[in-house]
Amino acid sequence: MSTAPLSFDPADFEPVAVERKTQTMSRPSLSYWQDAWRRLKANRRALISLYIVVALALFTLGGPLVWTVDPATQDLDQVSQPPGLPPTAVIVTPYQPWAGVTATLPAQNAGVAKEATAAIRLAEPATTQAVRIAWDPVVSAAGYRVYRNVYSPEPDRALGLPLAEVFNPEQVSFEDRLDLRPGRYWYSIVLLDASGGEATQYTTLQVEVARVTSAEEAVVFGWVDDAATLQPGDALELPYHPLGTDYLGRDMLARLMYGARVSLLIGIVAPLLFVVAGIAYGSAAGFIGGRLDQGMMRFADFVVALPFLLFMILFKIAFGIGPGESGIMPMLVALVILGWPATARLVRGQILQIREEGYIAASQLLGAKTSYLIMRHMIPNTMGVILVTLTFAVPSVIFTEAFLSFIGMGVAPPIPSWGSMCNEGIRTMLSHPHELIFPALFISVTVLAFNLLGDGMRDALDVRMRGRE
Amino acid sequence: MLRYTIRRLVQGVITVWFIATTTFVAMHMVPGDPLTSERATTVEIRRNLEERYGLDRPIFEQYVIYVGNMARGDFGISFTQQNRRVNDIIREHFPISATLGILAITFAAFGGILWGALTALYRNQLPDVAIMFLVILAISVPSFVLAALGQITLVNINAGLGVTVLPVAGWGTVQHMIVPSLVLGLGTMAFLTRLMRSSMLEIMNADFIRTARAKGLPPTRIFLKHQLRNAALPVVTVLGPAIAAITTGGFVVELVFAIPGLGRYFVQAVQQLDYTVIMGTTVFYGAFLVVMVIIVDLVYGLVDARVRMA
Repeated sequence: MSTAPLSFDPADFEPVAVERKTQTMSRPSLSYWQDAWRRLKANRRALISLYIVVALALFTLGGPLVWTVDPATQDLDQVSQPPGLPPTAVIVTPYQPWAGVTATLPAQNAGVAKEATAAIRLAEPATTQAVRIAWDPVVSAAGYRVYRNVYSPEPDRALGLPLAEVFNPEQVSFEDRLDLRPGRYWYSIVLLDASGGEATQYTTLQVEVARVTSAEEAVVFGWVDDAATLQPGDALELPYHPLGTDYLGRDMLARLMYGARVSLLIGIVAPLLFVVAGIAYGSAAGFIGGRLDQGMMRFADFVVALPFLLFMILFKIAFGIGPGESGIMPMLVALVILGWPATARLVRGQILQIREEGYIAASQLLGAKTSYLIMRHMIPNTMGVILVTLTFAVPSVIFTEAFLSFIGMGVAPPIPSWGSMCNEGIRTMLSHPHELIFPALFISVTVLAFNLLGDGMRDALDVRMRGRE
Repeated sequence: MLRYTIRRLVQGVITVWFIATTTFVAMHMVPGDPLTSERATTVEIRRNLEERYGLDRPIFEQYVIYVGNMARGDFGISFTQQNRRVNDIIREHFPISATLGILAITFAAFGGILWGALTALYRNQLPDVAIMFLVILAISVPSFVLAALGQITLVNINAGLGVTVLPVAGWGTVQHMIVPSLVLGLGTMAFLTRLMRSSMLEIMNADFIRTARAKGLPPTRIFLKHQLRNAALPVVTVLGPAIAAITTGGFVVELVFAIPGLGRYFVQAVQQLDYTVIMGTTVFYGAFLVVMVIIVDLVYGLVDARVRMA
């Protein structure tokens, strides 16, 4: 067997040219967070929700700088004012007593005809200073009773508030100065017989009351500094409440802003706290493993089994009674005590799963310490899921706060929160619906925005849930 | 299945004990004691009251007595209503809450399955978009606002027609129950609709559906027998938490509609700090929810063969 001599020339020992072309990337590489952000931006609903959340943050933080009205100040001149344009008052001369109208009647008739009525008219233009009405005398009447209502007495004879009774058929006028507000009133006159019995019929006058004030009053209320600048007939602009006032005359817009502080503070701080607590507990359990892990998770199961709202109320009572306690701290404490197990379970599951991954083993082989593994691999890899949990926790905590405030277990007055504002508004919802509608709207929009944002974040961040509906 | 049932029952008993203990601890953390009030009491009166309610005993003894009483189903005497037993309060008012809750959960479950299936069938078409919009809205509006809106609507309908179509508040007849149970079930129904829709969409692409279609089954039969039944299973699993949500949601609805249920009673007791009523109703509700969750899980085991085998 002969072997052909091998012949080499130096060129054979040159390194092979590497085909660079196959390894270049067609697109710039995206990190996990860049990818998530790109996906979120593509989701229109989530993006709009994000804008709403930013707007709410501006409303809460920047709002009180722009709208500097104190939420606790009562404007008693404008109680339960619906939203609208700035109110104006016409300047009039100070109040002058009124002599009234009398009539001379022929001799008394016996008894009053049950169907008799008296024609009613305004003696002077009706203002918030005084409403002066007069009516035609009725010979057969022993007297008259005057009623006032804020809606029409028809059809149920809802005459309203009895204002006055005169047992003198010759006195045919009445001056009303009782808590007059600008708006519409219905005055009714009923004839009385000698024993005070009412006739079956009545006459009603619909009166539009105009807002007026005297120059002196304007100074007392602090609307102007000098009474001399105002002449009768001038229009004076009064303090403006764009969203109206509540039942104590407090500015709704300012209260909504301060209420947002409370509601959003609890809504954002509480989830942050219990998610952090859950991460600590869950990752500890996941890392230690074994018996202790089993025991820790069993305890978490028991905490989950506590009926959430019942124990919120219970813990709120347990931590919450003390002088000067606004109720925010006990609520945070109670939320954290009851809220952590869900995150703890989630984080533990993630840790157990990630622990088995190849790159963890590789990192360990290269000599990484446990703390490095946690900081570099575990936490960043669970962050997406945790963020999604956090976003979904915000609306549920806002709901909880509103629920507690609604049943009177939330923040204490005078601090407003959206829930307690709803609680106050619901009592007058038929006559002044705006006191319920605005806080309810804010709660709903906030919860809606965080829910949709959470949906979008889940699609963007949680790889396994991606594409699910 | 038997072993599973026994294990669940033992777990349930421990959970109820845990609830009772937490309640006891929480109520003993409240500053002051149940007899602290604005009314001045002499030392003798106070001592007599403490003796009557057992507050003069050491705390551990109180706990042992408390757990013993709870185990026998005795919740004690009310602090604010003289001589009224908490058991009587529960017996009188819970049936009303339960009636309201059962109606609400029935409405929520059937509505959720129906709307969920409908939206999945008309995916991305008008019915789907419209219903899912309403669902998102219903999830985002707090229950007390829904209750208030329901009441306002009712007032306006009654006023508009000039007759009382349905009463605005109160309890007693079937007419009283309709609107409160609709309002109470609405949030849960929205939640179940979402769940049903996604599980329905998953089922629609399953292999056995394709097989059923391939062998020529009529579409209605596929829908009813194969899709609806399988897709409704996840709805059954969340019925436990849903019952919990409806129970606590009932507090608000009972308040707004002036229904004399246990929820309204509980809220009143909380506001008046009636210790025994708060503790009794909390433990009662807790035990009730634990039992409900166990029942739902066992029923699920009966319905779904995959769980039974495991």
